[in-house]
Amino acid sequence: MANNLVGFFDWFGSLGIFFWKVLRAAVSPPYEWRELIRQLDEVGSQSLPLVALAGAAVGAVLSMEVRSSMVRFGATAMLPSAVIYSVIQEMGPTITGLVVSGRVGAGIGAELASMKVTEQIDAIEASAINPYRLLAATRILACILMLPLLTVAADACGVLMGWVAQTLTQPISLHQFIDTGFRGSTLKDFLPPTFKTCVFGLIIGLIACFQGMRTRGGAEGVGRAATSSVVIASLFVILADVVLVKFILVVFQ
Amino acid sequence: MATVSTIPTSTQDPEEHFNAAVIAVEELRKSFDGRVVLNGVSLTVRRGETLAVLGRSGTGKSVLLRLIIGLEIPDSGSICVQGSNIAGLSIDRMSEIRKKMGFLFQHAALYDSLTVGENVAFPLEHHRPDLSRSERDDRVRKLLAEVGLEDASGKMPSDISGGMQKRAGLARALALEPEILLLDEPTAGLDPISSGEIDELVLKLQRERQMASIVVTHDLHSAKTIANRLAILNEGNVVIEGRFEDLERSDIEFVKQFLKQS
Repeated sequence: MANNLVGFFDWFGSLGIFFWKVLRAAVSPPYEWRELIRQLDEVGSQSLPLVALAGAAVGAVLSMEVRSSMVRFGATAMLPSAVIYSVIQEMGPTITGLVVSGRVGAGIGAELASMKVTEQIDAIEASAINPYRLLAATRILACILMLPLLTVAADACGVLMGWVAQTLTQPISLHQFIDTGFRGSTLKDFLPPTFKTCVFGLIIGLIACFQGMRTRGGAEGVGRAATSSVVIASLFVILADVVLVKFILVVFQ
Repeated sequence: MATVSTIPTSTQDPEEHFNAAVIAVEELRKSFDGRVVLNGVSLTVRRGETLAVLGRSGTGKSVLLRLIIGLEIPDSGSICVQGSNIAGLSIDRMSEIRKKMGFLFQHAALYDSLTVGENVAFPLEHHRPDLSRSERDDRVRKLLAEVGLEDASGKMPSDISGGMQKRAGLARALALEPEILLLDEPTAGLDPISSGEIDELVLKLQRERQMASIVVTHDLHSAKTIANRLAILNEGNVVIEGRFEDLERSDIEFVKQFLKQS
């Protein structure tokens, strides 16, 4: 028990030191633009199909589920608003965070862990190149920048499939669905939930890089790093969501 | 602490000898999880000289190299590289010193997502922005030709043999024209012919570039071929340091046993 507690605080302490090293490396030149662009593609373009599909599925399911409740209370006219608000304010950002955490978190964790156990990270350092700048800062920044864009894609697919599911039961034009759904809303309703995913990106990138770069012990270590990256990042994304939702409600509503 | 037998190899006075040292390690200590790996190691290497460090597995030979290039932090002792003590140096200052060092890792540690040519170009891309693309490519071609890999530039590290990987690693280590070369088991796991080729290559580089080198190896034959001086590590200490003939004449039991078994 005492060992677990020490291990827990040791992990957080090491994460803090790692974050400080990455931050210091990220703000000082030379900047690794080429690697950043490569990572933006890896995190953004490569995750887009999966995120879009997940967003679409959530939109369709939400539309069908909400419809049965709305029918019970005779409030089917509220359906477009319910679907759009649910998707954009909560489901889109959270699903994007979890999908990226699975795909990108595991990828970064495994890649860096593999580089660590084969001494490639040491080789980078021995070549007088800061691995925190080249490997960690670029990946974390790519996650921070791409998460909001991927969220917008997930939201768009979710709303579109929400409309498809609605119109299959009770035909309604897309224009009318969107017009009704967004009526009375302001940017304050949609921008904070979208940009909160920057925090999800920071969590995913930071934890995956940290778990990958501190790996020890061969193939088993690589597997452990990939798994722990996904599990810890997903858990922290969900916990951060709770805090951020409350923060947004207090500050923006 | 074991007795250290240091056999003088030159007639220089001690001060001149120290000033000429490119690498000077003094009373270096390092332990991992309470296990002492290096327990007061002192060594010097001068310009144009190759020192081979031998010893049983787990005696801290590779750790010594990692300490010299700053990949590990010593518990105590000092490491002076070209007169600068690297302990406590800022990242930027350490980077400047590392640019003067080439490091060949035991398993080459080539970047597996880059081709052999891109691996060699990697340090140049980061530290020589003044070179144009064609100048960089030209330099990579020359380095690969120097290690006999002119046809492997476009190949991935996983598609070439262990010996070729070591040679590619050596080309990458030489990319920034270092003044110091650190080689960790350059011939380990290679057949005798490939080992001989690597030895020839290191000798050729020594002749042409006059670098200060430390070679960590198990291979006594290779050490005899490429090194001016040899040091044997045991239980965290240097038990003897000198020319091979001096080691052969030693009456230290461990040295006799080591040479006999090798």
